[in-house]
Amino acid sequence: MTVSIKSKHSLVIGLAIAFIVVSTCPAGVAEPAGGHASITDTSVRLPTAQELIRVLTLRDYNTRVVVLGTMMLGLVAGIIGTFMLLRKRALMGDALSHATLPGIGVAFIVMSASGGTGKSLPGLLVGAFFFGTAGVGCVLLIRNLTRLKEDAALGIVLSVFFGLGIAIFGIVQKMDTGHAAGLESFIYGKTASMLASDAMLIAITAALVAGVCLLLLKEFTVLCFDQEYAGSQGSPTLLLDVVMMGMVVIVTVIGLQAVGLILMIALLVIPPAAARFWTHNLPTMLATSAAIGAVSGFVGAGLSALVPRLPAGAIIVVVAATAFGLSLFVGSARGVVWRLLDQRRLGRKVARQHLLRAMFERFEPSEMAGAGPRAGGTSVRFDQLLTDRSWSPSRLRRLLSACRREELVRNEGEAEFALTETGLAEARRVVRNHRLWELYLITHADIAPSHVDRDADQLEHVLAASMIEKLEGLLADAYPHLAMPPSPHALQASGGLQPARR
Amino acid sequence: MKPPAAVDLIPTHARPDGPRTNRPPLPASARVATGDEHPITAPLSIHDMTVAYHRKPVLWDVDFDAPEGRLIGIVGPNGAGKSTMLKAALDLIPKASGRVTIYGKPYRKQRRMVAYVPQRESVDWDFPVSALDVVAMGRYGRIGWCRPVTRRHRDAALTALQRVGMADYARRQISQLSGGQQQRVFLARALVQDAQLYLMDEPFSGVDAATEQAIVTLLQDLRTNGRTVLAVHHDLQTVPAYFDYVILLNMRIVAQGPTAEVFTSENLQRTYGGRLTLLDQAAQAIALGTVGQ
Repeated sequence: MTVSIKSKHSLVIGLAIAFIVVSTCPAGVAEPAGGHASITDTSVRLPTAQELIRVLTLRDYNTRVVVLGTMMLGLVAGIIGTFMLLRKRALMGDALSHATLPGIGVAFIVMSASGGTGKSLPGLLVGAFFFGTAGVGCVLLIRNLTRLKEDAALGIVLSVFFGLGIAIFGIVQKMDTGHAAGLESFIYGKTASMLASDAMLIAITAALVAGVCLLLLKEFTVLCFDQEYAGSQGSPTLLLDVVMMGMVVIVTVIGLQAVGLILMIALLVIPPAAARFWTHNLPTMLATSAAIGAVSGFVGAGLSALVPRLPAGAIIVVVAATAFGLSLFVGSARGVVWRLLDQRRLGRKVARQHLLRAMFERFEPSEMAGAGPRAGGTSVRFDQLLTDRSWSPSRLRRLLSACRREELVRNEGEAEFALTETGLAEARRVVRNHRLWELYLITHADIAPSHVDRDADQLEHVLAASMIEKLEGLLADAYPHLAMPPSPHALQASGGLQPARR
Repeated sequence: MKPPAAVDLIPTHARPDGPRTNRPPLPASARVATGDEHPITAPLSIHDMTVAYHRKPVLWDVDFDAPEGRLIGIVGPNGAGKSTMLKAALDLIPKASGRVTIYGKPYRKQRRMVAYVPQRESVDWDFPVSALDVVAMGRYGRIGWCRPVTRRHRDAALTALQRVGMADYARRQISQLSGGQQQRVFLARALVQDAQLYLMDEPFSGVDAATEQAIVTLLQDLRTNGRTVLAVHHDLQTVPAYFDYVILLNMRIVAQGPTAEVFTSENLQRTYGGRLTLLDQAAQAIALGTVGQ
């Protein structure tokens, strides 16, 4: 039950994202039409094909730095985000990224007070790291010391720290040394300001985090799946949790500059959520999530380098969301499309088997009277079939033509139909499954013969060969005619012509 | 807290029949063991353990020695602290007081001796791992840090799956298993640890008849091999058939001993009847920090 609710939820979210993607696409990811010169400075200038190639092949040094740096950020966020998602701590990343803001402000004040420019990136990131860690600590404290649940703790920490950060930024603006103009870029991110040293920092961090995750894959897996069991085996769950959260803080902090603190959560959550639709295997999920994150980073930073004033963070999120939408629909492990197709296929199979059984039971009396099973021995009129089940004329017509295409049924003159050789064999099988199940329900489940028809109706289509064998074994003693047991109840199909036989 | 002298068999605050009643003394089998009697060889020895959640005591002065090679059922009403007793014994939740030993030593030195089967509902079965992966988790402690799961361990996991009749489902993602099959996977994970003492939290809850039978057979196998099993159990009807030793628990141990002697209607009445509500009220008062008039 919960599964279907969950999938409904994800469907709604997916549609919402698809809508966002569609509505943003013309603005952001428009086709680069070569040679369009901008008329005014305020319009968005679309890149030329040449520029596109330059960016895609990373020919410019600056573009190379920015794109590769962002790509590695997406990769590492996809890896650590997978564990966060599986640990059910996805939103923790959001609280923690918002909590970094006052850290940036405080670091700026401290650095300018001690005589520096106040804008040294490592210094600002150290401040962000401390406050991010403090934010996570506050969430855990509130959750463990009070009876508030984690969602409330997250909401409190996220808003309070962010508010505090904005207030500190206000103070910074009024300071004498206040060349604080660049600080806001941490809120929305400013990829273009990334230097080679920043990209190197991201690369080293990415390598370290990926290495730790690989080494601790076993321990993280069992921690995320079954913390109590991990503890019972002597796994230091608290320490592992600290390591995991520490890595999330680090990844968030190095991502602040590129995507900004508001959108960082997207890189942590969307790639693993999308990856889950492609696989049931954790290592594969990690790799897929890392790949989706990396591609989002690459495309996002690339587009933002192509089109001026296009914020990279937002584009990265849009690209990741597109990947999520695609995964939701066509993901090989649990994509919605495949499930719908499966349902449709089953629905068709069921309808076809219903038709075959109805036709078989129509001419069963004459067959049993000694005419022998022959194909087309008895034909059934369209209006007869129409009364057998509650199908509409158009549906029955469609069903008949589908069966004709598969050569299970053939026309016998005007509006009369008969089973072919293959159709008869298939019908025999279906009817037999149905009756076996009916007999089972009567004998072993004490269901009245008048009720079993409908119950059996739902199961006969999905009876596996092994189940049929079991049925045969269970029923062999009680019933001699198992090759084709007669119906245990009156057949409505024969319009009352035939009494129930046993 | 030092346990009272051996003559005072049940802590006074937990004594269901106060000193002024004319009830006969409790049968020996229902008595709670005390301090000095703990045999060093007991697979599990719980000494005067009290556990509290948010200051509210949920287990009072539990004193228990598991006899080796027995199937021991832990029986009691909801909220009696059955799961808590297992978790506290495994250091998964902190103890307010008391000491637990496994074959005479603290649990952290005896991890190889113990296998724990948590409640099936305690994990998210949508997790992206296969049945075999889950069972292999039982070997992680043995594999050690930073080393991959090798073929030898996967083979061991597969053998354990075979023992619970799940070899055909080894590659299945765990959400595609029925409740009974999931429970068997959990049991296989404990089996692959090859422990001496098995602590199981409601292994029979929500399983089909076939799985229930398979688990019973498995438990008997374990007993035949000299292993000791403690299992939280809900279904009173099957207790005498499944377990040869029982603990009747309701915040304190009401009675413990061989099933034939202890699993009596009188003891059940004392476990499930309303007499112990006062104990619960006392716990509530402690949690709220109020002082009685």
